[in-house]
Amino acid sequence: MQVSERHQRYWRSNLRMTGMLLAIWFLATFGVSWFARELQTLTVLGFPLPFFMAAQGALLIYLLLVAFYAWRMGKLDDEYGVGEDT
Amino acid sequence: MSGQSQFTSQLKRYYSLYTGGVIGFVVLLSILEQMGVPNQTLGYIFLGVTVSLYAGIGILSKTSDVSEYYVAGRRIPALFNGMATAADWMSAASFIGLAGTLYISGYDGLAFVMGWTGGYCLVALFLAPYLRKFGQYTVPDFLGARYGGDGPRMIGVFAAILCSFTYVIAQIYGLGLIVSRFTGLDFGVGVFVGLGSILFCSFLGGMRAVTWTQVSQYVILIVAYMIPVIWLSVKHTGNPVPQIAYGYVLEQVTAREKVLNDAQTPDGAREAEVRAILKQRQTGTEAKLQALDAGGEKYLAAEQKRLQAKLDALRKQHADEADIAITEQNLNAFPKTVADANSAWRGEIEADRLKSSPIAAHAEPFAGPDEETRDNKRKNFLALVFCLMVGTAALPHILMRFYTTTSVKEARLSVFWSLLFISLLYLTAPALAVLAKYDVYTLLVGSSFSELPSWVSAWASVDKALMNVSDINKDGIVQLAEVTIGGDLIVLATPEIAGLPYVVTALVAAGGLAAALSTADGLMLTIANALSHDVYYKMIDPKAPTGRRLAISKGLLLVVAVCAAYVTSLKPGDILFMVGAAFSLAGSAFFPALVLGIFWKRANKIGAIVGMISGLSVCMLYMYITYPFFGVNAPLWWDINPISAGIFGIPVGFVGVIVGSVVSRPPAAKVQALVDYVRYPNMAGDEGRGAS
Repeated sequence: MQVSERHQRYWRSNLRMTGMLLAIWFLATFGVSWFARELQTLTVLGFPLPFFMAAQGALLIYLLLVAFYAWRMGKLDDEYGVGEDT
Repeated sequence: MSGQSQFTSQLKRYYSLYTGGVIGFVVLLSILEQMGVPNQTLGYIFLGVTVSLYAGIGILSKTSDVSEYYVAGRRIPALFNGMATAADWMSAASFIGLAGTLYISGYDGLAFVMGWTGGYCLVALFLAPYLRKFGQYTVPDFLGARYGGDGPRMIGVFAAILCSFTYVIAQIYGLGLIVSRFTGLDFGVGVFVGLGSILFCSFLGGMRAVTWTQVSQYVILIVAYMIPVIWLSVKHTGNPVPQIAYGYVLEQVTAREKVLNDAQTPDGAREAEVRAILKQRQTGTEAKLQALDAGGEKYLAAEQKRLQAKLDALRKQHADEADIAITEQNLNAFPKTVADANSAWRGEIEADRLKSSPIAAHAEPFAGPDEETRDNKRKNFLALVFCLMVGTAALPHILMRFYTTTSVKEARLSVFWSLLFISLLYLTAPALAVLAKYDVYTLLVGSSFSELPSWVSAWASVDKALMNVSDINKDGIVQLAEVTIGGDLIVLATPEIAGLPYVVTALVAAGGLAAALSTADGLMLTIANALSHDVYYKMIDPKAPTGRRLAISKGLLLVVAVCAAYVTSLKPGDILFMVGAAFSLAGSAFFPALVLGIFWKRANKIGAIVGMISGLSVCMLYMYITYPFFGVNAPLWWDINPISAGIFGIPVGFVGVIVGSVVSRPPAAKVQALVDYVRYPNMAGDEGRGAS
């Protein structure tokens, strides 16, 4: 159970990515909702933008975030040799 | 590994066959319906077959192996764990309540849509992979191992039981409603029928049985939800993808709202007329309420006498039948005590006030007459989203599911599948709300009372709280202000609104039942495991043989079920509040200690105890002093509603963990090594630890 330099680098990349994805999550959720009234005049596919974001856009972003995380972490595991099959 | 992939492809084959079977069964029943089998019988067949199917899967998956019982042998493929999590997750509140909430509150209701999906980002980023690597059995297990000693574990057990129990009551309540509505059985009997089938699944096979029934329940619930909405979408837009098509319908609804709110148009003028009458009625009731405050019982008796006299006079004059009937109804429903009168009249005033004011635009965020109301709504919207999200990432029955995958990689992937399967329903619910609104605004409003659509009269005769129309201004035409729709109606009546045969209605009922059962399954198992594994095995008798551990778990399951049924039969309060409360409680108690336990090595036992207790206490205290049910009615803090109590509890929990840890000694080297162990999917020296 030795945590090497390599492990620490892996963990730091993980933290960086987690932070980045969390920021996107935060903006898509709270940023858009906070300014919902101001963004009301913009439309997407016939929806007012805030309604579209809360009903569909945010959900699609969440899905992308989670998918990206699973994919990217899998790559990181292999890159740093901490994956389960290595 | 090849054994596992063979297992996966076998499962795919089974469940494809099963899905085909479900569709075939629906087709078969619709043929029976065409042949004239009565609706009641169809309802019975539907519920009977689905419930015995779940019980059958439960019996087939019975097990006496500890790892199979608690974590399904840790070999559930990501895809299927995703489906099971989705069914575990989507409760009666999501299936039946959500579209109705959206119908009634428009944009503001979307807090539930975002909150109940966005939480999975937190699950993915902060918890699922690490808990899987930790690889034990329950959430209190993690707290016990990470923070050491029985203190954190015990608080974890208490919090897990508290939020799961609050949540399970809401499920069983929904269960009783569905069974009683569709079979005509008594509410209490409905509760016990549902409960019996839950027990059959989880009692014999624990997590293994629950997983496989949940997968099959997911298939039924998603098919049941989609069919009527797709049909409705084709009917109104010609497009079979409701999620895309409803933007166009929303534009039309918005245009229609403007017309109905504009007294210059003929339709708007009729609405204004009805609203004026309702306003008058509201003022009348307000005057009555004032007189009641002053005169008390004496006034109530006089008022009853006056109503009786009015009825007698009407009868003498041979007045209009309808008028006599209404007066008679009013007299029969006349409140018996001052307290009854008080609450009944307050309710009437509120209902009339709502209907006499202009309709709020569906797509408008935080609508309100002044800046303060709008800011308030925005604040509460964001607070609710936050609590629901953090609560999602802290509910033990969900987190537990990520112990069941084969590896860390699969756990990450399985969060994606879960969110995908959940989003299918959550992307559809807002579409359903808009499509149903379009139907009501354009087809029902403006139609003549002599030719109401058949679903309106059908539901009005079942339950006045769900559907009620009365010709208030006596013009023979339906105005929007004359229509009362209960939120739960939207999902239940969609098949009829879309003009589908009764079979689809029965399918929707079976879907609602599947949603309630699957969530209740997961919750009851969580409670029983917390008691049998964490309390009995880990704290009371660590040397207990496996046979006894499982026997105790199964026995406790029965006890929990009986307690839950008893509390449900008391019919405590509002389903939506109970569900929301469970999220705030879970978020405040677990989230800070779990996340800091993984991401901050310095967090220690004292910190965990302080953080969990303070977070949970603040959350419970705020609910207690502000939720009307408890009768304290203290002023709100910063106008935050009691359902979002977690907005105070969660930060307090974080501060508690940090402060408590900093003022006491750092955790032992062994604990720090455990943190490293969960952070890396594979490390030299991992062999022989954890993963069982």
